[in-house]
Amino acid sequence: MRSAFIAALSAQAATDARIFLLTGDLGWTVVEEFAGKYPGRFLNAGVAEQNMAGLATGLAQAGFVPFTYTIATFASMRAYEQIRNGPVLHRLPVRIVGVGGGFAYGHAGMTHFALEDLAIARAQPGLTVIVPADPAQTKSVMDAIRAVEGPVYLRVGKGGNPEVPGLNGRFALGRPEVVVEGSEVLLLATGGIAVNAVEASRRLRADEVSAAVAVMAHLPHAPTPELRALLGRFKAVVTVEEGYTAGGLGSLAAEAIAQAGLGCRLLIRGVHASPRERAGSTAFLQAAERLSPAALADSARTVLSAVPK
Amino acid sequence: MGRTFRRWIIEQSRASNVGHIASALSIADLMAVLWGAVMKDPGTDRPDRDRFILAKGHAALALYCALRWKKLLDEKAFAGYCTDGSPLGQHPEHVLPGVDLSTGSLGQGLSVGCGLAYGLRAKKSPGRVFVLLSDAECNEGQVWEAAQFAGHHRLANLTAVIDLNGLQALGHTAEVLDLAPMADKWRAFGWDTVEVDGHDTAALEAALAPADGRSRSRMVVARTVQGKGVSFMEGRLEWHYRNLTDELCAQALAEIGPA
Repeated sequence: MRSAFIAALSAQAATDARIFLLTGDLGWTVVEEFAGKYPGRFLNAGVAEQNMAGLATGLAQAGFVPFTYTIATFASMRAYEQIRNGPVLHRLPVRIVGVGGGFAYGHAGMTHFALEDLAIARAQPGLTVIVPADPAQTKSVMDAIRAVEGPVYLRVGKGGNPEVPGLNGRFALGRPEVVVEGSEVLLLATGGIAVNAVEASRRLRADEVSAAVAVMAHLPHAPTPELRALLGRFKAVVTVEEGYTAGGLGSLAAEAIAQAGLGCRLLIRGVHASPRERAGSTAFLQAAERLSPAALADSARTVLSAVPK
Repeated sequence: MGRTFRRWIIEQSRASNVGHIASALSIADLMAVLWGAVMKDPGTDRPDRDRFILAKGHAALALYCALRWKKLLDEKAFAGYCTDGSPLGQHPEHVLPGVDLSTGSLGQGLSVGCGLAYGLRAKKSPGRVFVLLSDAECNEGQVWEAAQFAGHHRLANLTAVIDLNGLQALGHTAEVLDLAPMADKWRAFGWDTVEVDGHDTAALEAALAPADGRSRSRMVVARTVQGKGVSFMEGRLEWHYRNLTDELCAQALAEIGPA
């Protein structure tokens, strides 16, 4: 996904002289091409994320559209107050790119797992939070955010993210994209983990359970009509996200369901407690948090069984 | 002009019954020089205007005095300081003309000033960027991230001023976290650093003047007295917080003298 991101950014920079890329000394084999093509609009800010957020604020005030690039933990948390008091407060077009949320840096351990970035970013009204699910959707997101006047937090996968079957790069702000049709239970996912939801739906179908899958890449501050409409079609919903279960996609769905009085059971799947005792491969860590396709299929059965007949 | 600012600070602090008086008095002369003599077109919408960031946002009242002097604020708006619904709070908000950055959380202003200076230079704008910090603000690590950046990138269009009054919220800076030698620290970070008396307007004007051929960011370490001009406030910690009574207000105005 980060390759799709940088390719889209380089393409846009060719025609938009406002685009500026800053990195917090990260992005080996990612940022070099941009830096070579647009040396006047590339800056390695060094290992200084708070200053980088301030620099982006000042550059935006000077008329640029700055993208700041670093690992999602540092992008979101190290500079959170600077983002709040800078681009959010001043409504500036700063794009904060957090690479590799969730367990993308599996073996790097807890300091590199962004599990609360989506929750804290969503807490800021005026900060548009987007988690593309695959490279094609990343490209569409990059097109869509050109029209966003305020700041954006963009969590992009580290790499090796397969295309989500049926998504075909679709994206619009506020809109869930249905990738698998179904009638009994909805698996609503955000980010690269959506492929596990699609695989779970395939397994459920084999057991004659009709499971729909939708991808919600934009996590708005408040539920949108499109999200409410989708949730309103189901009696049972499982949300799927690579992050803590408070404040992210599951919370967004819960807010939508409760506020609109939708008659729908919700099971929030994500990371329930700090995974501080272990590192490992991304797939291993996902499975340990019951985010594997098999576990998600089980979750769908669980929530279905709680629905009154 | 500095005396006028002091009178306005005292009168309005009493009228609004708000503290942070001594912090504002400490930069009254600095603000008078910056806004009266040094900066070009601040608060206008000209793209090449000079920019100003009050990184020590808690001295906002001194900035409002400058905006009033420049007629960017009328007297009625100024009198609304710290009243319900007024944009003039204890820390400045960018919705006001002449406020280029909302501040109040210490340590963040210089980074934005660096970004602005880098961006203006990239756009070949002659505009200069001024950032006014407090001395204790330099406790914040982010200040030194920005110090490295400006030093490395030789942002000659960036000028920072430190209001070196030696006091912070709970004590003397020398006793809380000693910052001395302040000027040497900035020199070591690659800044073209000068030390001046922060109440000597001629010296300040010279230190803040544009210097053709300067290749580095300028740091003006301005030695000041917190509460300057009011005998019972000068160097007294409690006036970081205390409010005036009518009697003390009258005494302060008498000491400052006519505008």
